[in-house]
Amino acid sequence: MKSFEFFEPTTLAEASSLFAQKHAQLLAGGTDLVIGMKAYTETPETVISLQKIPGLDGITTDNDKSISIGAMTKVRQVELSEDIQQYHTALAEGASEIGSIQIRNLATIGGNIAHASPAADTVAGLLVADAQVDIASADGERSVPINELFTGPGQTVLKPGEIITQFRLLHPASGSHYIKHKIREVMDLAFIGVASAVNMQNGVIKEARIGLAAVAPTPIRATEAENLLSGKTPTPELLAQAGEAAAAATSPISDLRCSAEHRKEMVDVLTRRTLQNALDRV
Amino acid sequence: MSEKKEYKVIGTRPIRHDGVDKVTGRAIYGADFQITGLLHGRVLRSPHAHARIVSIDTSRAEAHPGVKGVVTAEDLPAAEDKMADLGEGAVSLKYLCDNILASDKALYKGHAIAAVAATSPHIAEEACELIDVEYEVLPPVLEVRQAMESDAPILHENLRTSSLGETGDKPSNIASHFQHKKGDIDKGFDEADVIIEREFVTGTVHQGYIEPHNATALYNPDGQLTVWCSTQGAFTVREQLAEILQYPISKIKVVPLEIGGGFGGKINVYVKPVAALLAKKTGKPVKVLMNRADVFEGTGPTPASYITIKMGATNDGKITAAQTSLVFEAGAYPGSPVGAGAMCVFAPYNIENVVIDGYDVVVNKPKTAPYRAPGATNAAFGTETVVDELAEKLNIDPLEIRLMNGAKEGDRRADGPVYPRIGFIETLEAAKEHPHYASPNGKKYHGRGIASGFWFNIGLESSVTINVNPDGTVNLVEGSTDIGGTRASIAMQAAEVLGIPAESVNPTVVDTNSIGYTAVTGGSRTTYATGYAAYEAAQDVVQQMKARAAKLWDVDEDNVQFADGEFSSINGKEEQISFRDLSARLGETGGPVIGRATMNPAGAGGAFATHVVDVEVDVDTGKVEILRYTATQDAGKAIHPSYVEGQIQGGVVQGIGWALNEEYIYNDEGEMTNASFLDYRMPTCLDLPMIDAVIVEVPNPGHPYGVRGVGEVPIVPPPAAIANAIYDAVGIRMTELPMSPDRLLKAMGKI
Amino acid sequence: MAKHPVSLKVNGDEHDLLIEPRKTLLAVLRDTIGLTGTKEGCSTGDCGACTVIVDGKAVTSCMVLGVTASGKEITTIEGLASDGELHPIQQAFIDTGGYQCGFCTPGFIMASKALVDENPDRTEEEFRFALGGNICRCTGYTKILEAVLQAAEEIRTNS
Repeated sequence: MKSFEFFEPTTLAEASSLFAQKHAQLLAGGTDLVIGMKAYTETPETVISLQKIPGLDGITTDNDKSISIGAMTKVRQVELSEDIQQYHTALAEGASEIGSIQIRNLATIGGNIAHASPAADTVAGLLVADAQVDIASADGERSVPINELFTGPGQTVLKPGEIITQFRLLHPASGSHYIKHKIREVMDLAFIGVASAVNMQNGVIKEARIGLAAVAPTPIRATEAENLLSGKTPTPELLAQAGEAAAAATSPISDLRCSAEHRKEMVDVLTRRTLQNALDRV
Repeated sequence: MSEKKEYKVIGTRPIRHDGVDKVTGRAIYGADFQITGLLHGRVLRSPHAHARIVSIDTSRAEAHPGVKGVVTAEDLPAAEDKMADLGEGAVSLKYLCDNILASDKALYKGHAIAAVAATSPHIAEEACELIDVEYEVLPPVLEVRQAMESDAPILHENLRTSSLGETGDKPSNIASHFQHKKGDIDKGFDEADVIIEREFVTGTVHQGYIEPHNATALYNPDGQLTVWCSTQGAFTVREQLAEILQYPISKIKVVPLEIGGGFGGKINVYVKPVAALLAKKTGKPVKVLMNRADVFEGTGPTPASYITIKMGATNDGKITAAQTSLVFEAGAYPGSPVGAGAMCVFAPYNIENVVIDGYDVVVNKPKTAPYRAPGATNAAFGTETVVDELAEKLNIDPLEIRLMNGAKEGDRRADGPVYPRIGFIETLEAAKEHPHYASPNGKKYHGRGIASGFWFNIGLESSVTINVNPDGTVNLVEGSTDIGGTRASIAMQAAEVLGIPAESVNPTVVDTNSIGYTAVTGGSRTTYATGYAAYEAAQDVVQQMKARAAKLWDVDEDNVQFADGEFSSINGKEEQISFRDLSARLGETGGPVIGRATMNPAGAGGAFATHVVDVEVDVDTGKVEILRYTATQDAGKAIHPSYVEGQIQGGVVQGIGWALNEEYIYNDEGEMTNASFLDYRMPTCLDLPMIDAVIVEVPNPGHPYGVRGVGEVPIVPPPAAIANAIYDAVGIRMTELPMSPDRLLKAMGKI
Repeated sequence: MAKHPVSLKVNGDEHDLLIEPRKTLLAVLRDTIGLTGTKEGCSTGDCGACTVIVDGKAVTSCMVLGVTASGKEITTIEGLASDGELHPIQQAFIDTGGYQCGFCTPGFIMASKALVDENPDRTEEEFRFALGGNICRCTGYTKILEAVLQAAEEIRTNS
């Protein structure tokens, strides 16, 4: 690991101005950054810990069931939150898929998202929750929808000095589910991740939301598949059509472990499976 | 050996002598070692899979504050054209040295190029970035079939194929070709009603021990070199250091610390000679630790292989002929375990007509190293799959065809040896009688597979001394590093002889200055051979103590007998004294008693195993779940049944990983793309059920208690057993390892 | 680069240290304080050998910068046995043969300790899920699970 200056600011403003410097990196849980620094893939001259800034962590539920998650909330807390388990099951399941308990006790949801890995396990759940990402900097605050946050692998719309402060989950689902296609049952990276969420009205799908991870340069919503489902009565044939439409929306990479065809095929299979499970949970 | 012997200690389950140390963090492993004035070393490794080293400039690194010394291959004694004798036949000293620090060519990504000693690990790491190496990058060759082609990139300009006694006349990547023959292969296939011929490909896999390699070396001004390290064999480290450094064995002391797993991977040295060179250069003790990427890229995995198997059988199930070509990658330097694979490939079966061809082929990957029954798992994946297919074609139960053809005492293996009493048939019968085999197996996409395996086990040298304490306990001194409970299994054999509890034997693993030569903890030999030495050393103690009792009682030594921990006189005087009480009287009868034994026993006795596995295949995702696993194995005699079960369970799970997940994945440049525990994907506990280990005991006539080695054979059957289960579940024969979701979906035509 | 003052409470003892920011908590425990019972297997959080308990939570100490652990309470394998008595989990690992080489054992025991402290009433499958971050290459996990289940049972009975 290269040598670096270390700061532990206690206010967002201080953190933001330090972060605006060149070659600075934010330390949230550290589970990505510390490993990257050991491998020399990350060589910041300055590391700014967000751990001493009060108010950045915690989960709150409003009366209208909308939930806010502080960016510094440990993913283990997201996984175990009863409200998230109830209204955003896919997100809780995604959180439970990250690394091990030891890692989830360190890793934060903000770090998982800001790192912008297309394979991040919380991202599909946030997509189907219609999460709003609140961002702060020395210049003020702004908010972007989660599906507009990512611009490419490891790339986001975040500008120098901007720090994610919280996620607001605007859209509770009556049923949702996340499946990660992986080789090992735990401690694995997602080959692909699929989250589906449905809201029902009188036996008809009022709305469906499908979030896909690791199938394109950025995480995406399968909007065509969603539109196809909307207003329909769920049948196996309908879910199969949705699976195919979701797969058609993807442009996955091929690697020696999992070919692009394999990934596409899995989007189809797992979209069907997650939709069915989401419906079963309603 | 048919009567059931009654033992007091053997076959019981006392706790390990090192038990408390290992659950309290007090056990000292290689990286835990501390010594005053310690420097920290770091190795710079080649980023290229195949490159000529044009120049190395270490000046910027040497000038870096905190750096105390830098070494390259130039610091090694000249090795050109010398041969080194490491007890397993001569090997080129140049190859041996070049694998420690490359001299002219980098032959794999991760090949050590130079090393730095500094005042902190971070500074050593920074200094490595400051070493300027100029490479002329060459095209790599990564696969044996490509490496064998006439226009393949050549790794070693001076390597000529040694084939059936002849030496080739031009450079080649085929280091050697050998053949075993038995009977008349054409006649055998003529007699067959069904012939199956298949090709198999297996991936490069790593032992995956959790503790990375490590070494701390110190050169004293008096010329004494001491190396503290974790290793499977302190004496082999001493031999390798003596050859690589061209330094007298009498001036080298190797101190084995606790070892965090080996499985064959901690026999060859890597950072130990580097630590020694750095220690010599700096005059200070130097500790060198590998990280996980270093371990994957810079130490020996076990080879990928390309195997063809052809077997024929008559309609009534008799296997009449078997032929194979085993092509194993050696890695960067010759010496794959293809020889061992050839010994094992058809070993479970008594087949009259056999031809086995073996090829050792160099490729741009790390020099391969042993891994638990090296070569046997690759070979059995082929044989056991073809036997399963023969059984299916002939409509015979897969256990029955093995029972019909299974090797027994007196049968001759194709490579020569005639079996003594072995227990293969008994493992098959145990599998057949197990409730698992009778349980229902009919659900859609569920399947059951059977496979067997063989490992020959080895003897080799072991030394033990036993010092008798006045309180009736003994201190047992041994040279076998304890990787999985052998302190206990060795001590128990001495305790049985002496008629004392296992807890009254205090075993200690010592350095190379403190015990007679002892070969590696490997080859499933330790409980067998070092245990045998402990048995003999304990017998020596008994003999000497009989003389003491005779002196006390003033009787002839021949008139003293020893049984159940009591010495007694026969013929006349009615005298009796316990081992404990006599121990207290050694001072008055002539002083301390030390028993000793050093031996090289020949009758290791082969180990056989038969496994039954149930799987469920997710036909949409290609994932295979292990639902139930039963492993039967002939242990000869299980000294400590819990630890035998543990060996079986551990071996099975390594085999499951090999079957389903594990492999080195390379890109076209020859870079391993998954050199981390996250990407290499060894099984976690959530990937597995409880493994049911069934011990069968057919005593080995070559050991006083009937012990056979148990450590290695359990890794042999799993890939074939799982492949056969997948076939049973979905009707697809998988012939490539690992059987990953991607490969399975492709084989099923889904993608 | 500047070293930072760090105060750690490890196994009940206060340590006031001055450390480089790039030192991991694991390196601080092993090299600075000298508690070598916690092991380094992969340095990337993937094997769990370096598991320690920080403020009641199991974490992989190789992923934590030592400077960020200041003011926290840390328990390592050396702090588990009390008054010369082994913790029930330690005893169960010995009794069942839940380890062979012993290198992953401190991490497994610490991860298990955090789990049973949180809730000893878990099924075998739940323990398998929760211990997924700890890799053992020797045992095939069967006897480790036996040890953890046995210890959890004992802790349940005695509480």
